[in-house]
Amino acid sequence: MSEDKGSFGVHGTGDTSGYSGLVRAQVTPGSSERPFGGYFDEVADDLERAFPAFSEAIEKIVVDRGELTLFVKRSHLVETALALRNTETLRFEMCMGVNGVHYPEDAGRELHAVYALLSLTHNRRIRIEVAVPDSDPHLPSLVEVWGGINWHERESYDMFGIIFDGHPGLTRILMPDDWQGHPQRKDYPLGGIPIEYKGATIPAPSERRSYQ
Amino acid sequence: MGLEEKLPSGIVLTSVEKLAGYMRKSSLWPATFGLACCAIEMMAAGAGRYDLARFGMEVFRASPRQADLMIVAGRVSNKMAPVLRQIYDQMAAPKWVIAMGACASSGGMFNNYAIVQGVDHIVPVDIYLPGCPPRPEMLMDAILKLHENIGDAKLGVNRERIIRETEAAALAAKPTLEIKGLLA
Amino acid sequence: MTIHSDPYAESRETTEGRVYSVTGGDWDSLATEIGATKEERVVVNMGPQHPSTHGVLRIILELEGETVTEVRCGIGYLHTGIEKNTEYRSWTQGVTFVTRMDYLAPIFNETAYCLAVEKLLGITDDVPERASVIRVLMMELNRISSHMVALGTGALELGALSPMIFAFRDRELVLDLFEQICGLRMNMAYIRPGGVAQDIPAGAIGKIRETVDQLRINFKDNEKLLVGNTIWMKRTQNIGYLDLAGCTTLGITGPVLRSTGLPWDLRKTQPYCGYENYDFDVITTDSADVYGRFLIRMQELEQSLRIVEQACDKLEKLEGQPVMVADKKIAWPSQLSVGADGMGNSLAHIREIMGESMESLIHHFKLVTEGFRVPAGQVYVAVESPRGETGVHLVSDGGTRPYRVHFREPSFNNLQSTSAMCEGSMIADVIGAIASIDPVMGGVDR
Repeated sequence: MSEDKGSFGVHGTGDTSGYSGLVRAQVTPGSSERPFGGYFDEVADDLERAFPAFSEAIEKIVVDRGELTLFVKRSHLVETALALRNTETLRFEMCMGVNGVHYPEDAGRELHAVYALLSLTHNRRIRIEVAVPDSDPHLPSLVEVWGGINWHERESYDMFGIIFDGHPGLTRILMPDDWQGHPQRKDYPLGGIPIEYKGATIPAPSERRSYQ
Repeated sequence: MGLEEKLPSGIVLTSVEKLAGYMRKSSLWPATFGLACCAIEMMAAGAGRYDLARFGMEVFRASPRQADLMIVAGRVSNKMAPVLRQIYDQMAAPKWVIAMGACASSGGMFNNYAIVQGVDHIVPVDIYLPGCPPRPEMLMDAILKLHENIGDAKLGVNRERIIRETEAAALAAKPTLEIKGLLA
Repeated sequence: MTIHSDPYAESRETTEGRVYSVTGGDWDSLATEIGATKEERVVVNMGPQHPSTHGVLRIILELEGETVTEVRCGIGYLHTGIEKNTEYRSWTQGVTFVTRMDYLAPIFNETAYCLAVEKLLGITDDVPERASVIRVLMMELNRISSHMVALGTGALELGALSPMIFAFRDRELVLDLFEQICGLRMNMAYIRPGGVAQDIPAGAIGKIRETVDQLRINFKDNEKLLVGNTIWMKRTQNIGYLDLAGCTTLGITGPVLRSTGLPWDLRKTQPYCGYENYDFDVITTDSADVYGRFLIRMQELEQSLRIVEQACDKLEKLEGQPVMVADKKIAWPSQLSVGADGMGNSLAHIREIMGESMESLIHHFKLVTEGFRVPAGQVYVAVESPRGETGVHLVSDGGTRPYRVHFREPSFNNLQSTSAMCEGSMIADVIGAIASIDPVMGGVDR
């Protein structure tokens, strides 16, 4: 996912060990192998049965910390969502919203949209994740599938600049209408100001020395 | 000596200034300007236990035109700032502002893109009230201190003189950074 | 048509027709002017500085006479950037930020966040039982104080002042308990990853039991005032109707969902913090209206009291057990003790790190300033807050600071149902419907 180098408050390599050994690579969990455990196998099997394009649509299935994540290609997002909602054995009738995550180092897949789904019928939770490139941040809107995602998609647009095609009114929701930029992206500064005290200044929170 | 001794009992002499101040300070009408956490403590101050009614100001006015005290209770976002200024402009003069809580006073812990770093960037503030959120007692203390200020306020030429003096003093004042703290 | 010149109601010609901007105190002149035009479509802007008490919510109403034809909510006036700010703080400091999101339910935000951090760390099962019981105790007390505000302000907005006075009286009793346990009335930052900040002080259990008894008596006042009250029922029954299909489509949870008759309560269906060990009922009604939601909140108060009593029993049995995980790489290095100045470090701990052990000092310093690292990954954890499902989506990149914190706030989601509830009803019922959703703008805008 990202790479941390060096020690406290140092930019550049900052390696004082002399061995260039102070480099830790961070990786997100990769694709999981069957059996996934719990109801996850059932969910995957049922989706595969109900959804012919399963192998094309699903990039990978990750089971991590007792949670199932389906990585879906954006071209198949709406069909996957409909299958998850309509299939009797799946019945994810509630979507708890969509949330953007920005990975600037993940080239070609910078913006992730993460959907949390809930099935009241079967009392299950899963997650869908879709990645889009920063240069073409378009995703099909799921408002037609789950009406309650309307504001969540507007928020993800407002904060991350992900454009949901087909949304009935994709406008800013939290920031003022004339705001420039999308504040919760990693390349958008926190925007704090230095704090002045009598005889001393403390830099803005994003400018302070910090541990990586 | 003088006029006082010739007065029948039951009559008190005072200056117009003091009378106006007395009247003004005991009939403050706060506007409901609840924004965030502090608004809940402001409501608690108006409710049973703390009972702001004891100071004659339990009725929070919904319309700014009927209010002369704005208690900015909570964080002010960039989106809310123009609204806040408009409400302040709609209030009838003379008017006062209490910045309630750390966020309204200085931006507090939210030093970021969304929050105005102190409501004094938008409206003149009379009382800064620290705390996150301040307890209802602290709000009452702030209000009573404001009462004192209002009671002692000058009128007419005296007021103009004081405004001039305050402004001159503010212009001549050192920036915070150049002031030496207690340790220096 | 004569145009009255009015300093407060300027009018201008637009492509939509003549538009009047009204800023207050001039309804008579406006009514005269509008009376002369043919169209009766009036757009009313309520808020964002709102005469009622739900904070900075802006509602844009389109009216035909007294009937509402369209409702839109304008939100974001309290957007604080909390989610972004947490990315610049350690995992422990994040608690201090998230507690200020939904400021009526701070303990729920903290618990949801801490459960998520614990899940990322993989220490969910290591959290001591006593800490979990304290969390449950605090959450249920918080549910009472939150419902008190919901009931009080809801009644206030419909014109009943006395219930608000009673509700705030009872709320103060709960806040007294909070103050005794963690030192603050609101925004406590008391729940920490791995447990709670400090054990409940001696004598608190007795005080809680006394308060519970007192609250049982006090709750009857509001019950007598409102339950079955003709005026109250006329203002609330069959108002703000939203059925189960509407709720699932819009992702609505909490009392609004339970008012459709579905007993969906995460404390029962997906228990956390050991809720499966408590005996309580999930309250439902089937009227799907404002009155039903009001009844649910009233009865949930009693259920919360039951849970608080059981938590007290458990705490008495667990006396003297730890309230923080044993792993010293995560747990705050010292037991905080409440000194004369309110809060302070325990003297024994300071003596050890300053005088005896250099390693302890380094460890303390590293843990407090740098914080602990959390393995990379993402989790979604949900708890049942007074308003519905508070979900936390946490992403870690393996560092000492969160990579992304996102709160799925029930207020934010539920407020979407305003249009479904209010369109076609009278303008006066909009207030009641929104009050029954109980949105907290701090949670909506974050």
